[in-house]
Amino acid sequence: MIDNNNVIPQTKISVENFNLFYGKFQALDKITIDIPVNQITAIIGPSGCGKSTFIRSFNRMNELIPSVRTEGHIILDGKNIFDIDPVELRKQVGMVFQRPNPFPKTIFENIAFGPRAHGIRDHRILEEIVEKSLRQAALWDEVKDTLNKSGLALSGGQQQRLCIARALAVEPEVILMDEPASALDPIATLKIEELIEQLKEKYTIVIVTHNMQQAARASDFTLFFNMAENRAGYLVESGKTTDIFTNPKNELTEQYISGRFG
Amino acid sequence: MARELFERKIKQIQDEILLLGSMVEQATLDSVTSFKDRDIETAKTLIEDDQNINDKRFAIENAILILLATQQPLAHDLRLLAAMLLVANELERMGDYAKGIANNTIRLGISDLPIPYRDIEKMGELAVSMLHRSLSAFINEDINQAIAIPQEDDQVDALFNKCYRTIVNGMIANPATIDDASLLLWVVHNLERLADRVVNICERTVFIKSGEMMEMDGSEDEVEG
Repeated sequence: MIDNNNVIPQTKISVENFNLFYGKFQALDKITIDIPVNQITAIIGPSGCGKSTFIRSFNRMNELIPSVRTEGHIILDGKNIFDIDPVELRKQVGMVFQRPNPFPKTIFENIAFGPRAHGIRDHRILEEIVEKSLRQAALWDEVKDTLNKSGLALSGGQQQRLCIARALAVEPEVILMDEPASALDPIATLKIEELIEQLKEKYTIVIVTHNMQQAARASDFTLFFNMAENRAGYLVESGKTTDIFTNPKNELTEQYISGRFG
Repeated sequence: MARELFERKIKQIQDEILLLGSMVEQATLDSVTSFKDRDIETAKTLIEDDQNINDKRFAIENAILILLATQQPLAHDLRLLAAMLLVANELERMGDYAKGIANNTIRLGISDLPIPYRDIEKMGELAVSMLHRSLSAFINEDINQAIAIPQEDDQVDALFNKCYRTIVNGMIANPATIDDASLLLWVVHNLERLADRVVNICERTVFIKSGEMMEMDGSEDEVEG
């Protein structure tokens, strides 16, 4: 009746014994976790515990840093992501960043950019994609008459929704969000959270957040990362968000979420 | 669109409170009827079914704790959730009163004690009617209703005093009936207490709406035993 969320959903991304090194420094230590499909998974933990590094692994963004080396497996829908072409992978696994970063182009071009890069030329199809993406990002009604205005002219919250729409335009399956609301005011933040809740129907969402309350409000599952003495990030505890925030099993999680460390 | 999900979850809990309330109303009415009819089988069922009321109370409590932990409710939302926590508890205790009446039905068995059935029935109907309307007022945050309903508690108290007198007079007249007659006292006591707890629900309605914590009736605190 009240809690109809007891069924464990299927896995979208399976991480097995994943290690990541920047040169000699180990940033992630033996992470093993399943990310459920069509759910919102939040990653919380103190600064420097490897949260962002971890989600950037999901679309192989860390490889853009020369000294990075990884071990272990990340399996997306049964396929090892290291066997997928990175461009194709990033189409499937989109990303939204902390600061809204629209291109210095029109609203329309911001959204059409990705589909064009993937070969769509027909303007009518592009128009459809732009409208659909903006609608999904709950921005359409606010910008439908100003699609030719610069994306940079929008407010911060609108810019972030534009960036979400841009990510949606290439029809990804997974959306990674790295502190997507930390540069926004509280109302814009709540709007983004409501939007994320709607998006999970179609997408698998992984969100890194510094803001524990946001993880509590906006996610279905929570992973708590911490930093070991050698500063490597590791997974302390994972579970349903409602369990993690009312009755965590690990003493460290308890201390972190009740504001006693970190 | 802000906080749609949160509001939906609050609405769900409100629905569950109403459902719990209707379970308690039905249990109370059935307990009085089975007492009147000396229907021991129904009384036994009522005692078993009290578990459902207890379970629902815990489910509501858990859902509220999750919202407190995850949604950072403030102001009206915070008062509402805190009030629902208390009201769920009040309803569960009312369920215990119905169970207590059922217990006394069984204990009383086929005793031929004279019983003021009409007044007891009237008390039950009045208390349940107050409960029903107090929950509507609670959910609708109807402060006028919440202030009006506790005034009806006087009628329940008057019936209680009348029954009490009748029962005690019976004891004095025929001391051999004291054992059985004391069971009757518990039955009327439970109904009187149920109505007192309705007043608590009304107090919480005022609290949600105004933030004010006020005592709404002058009836003395519960005397146990």
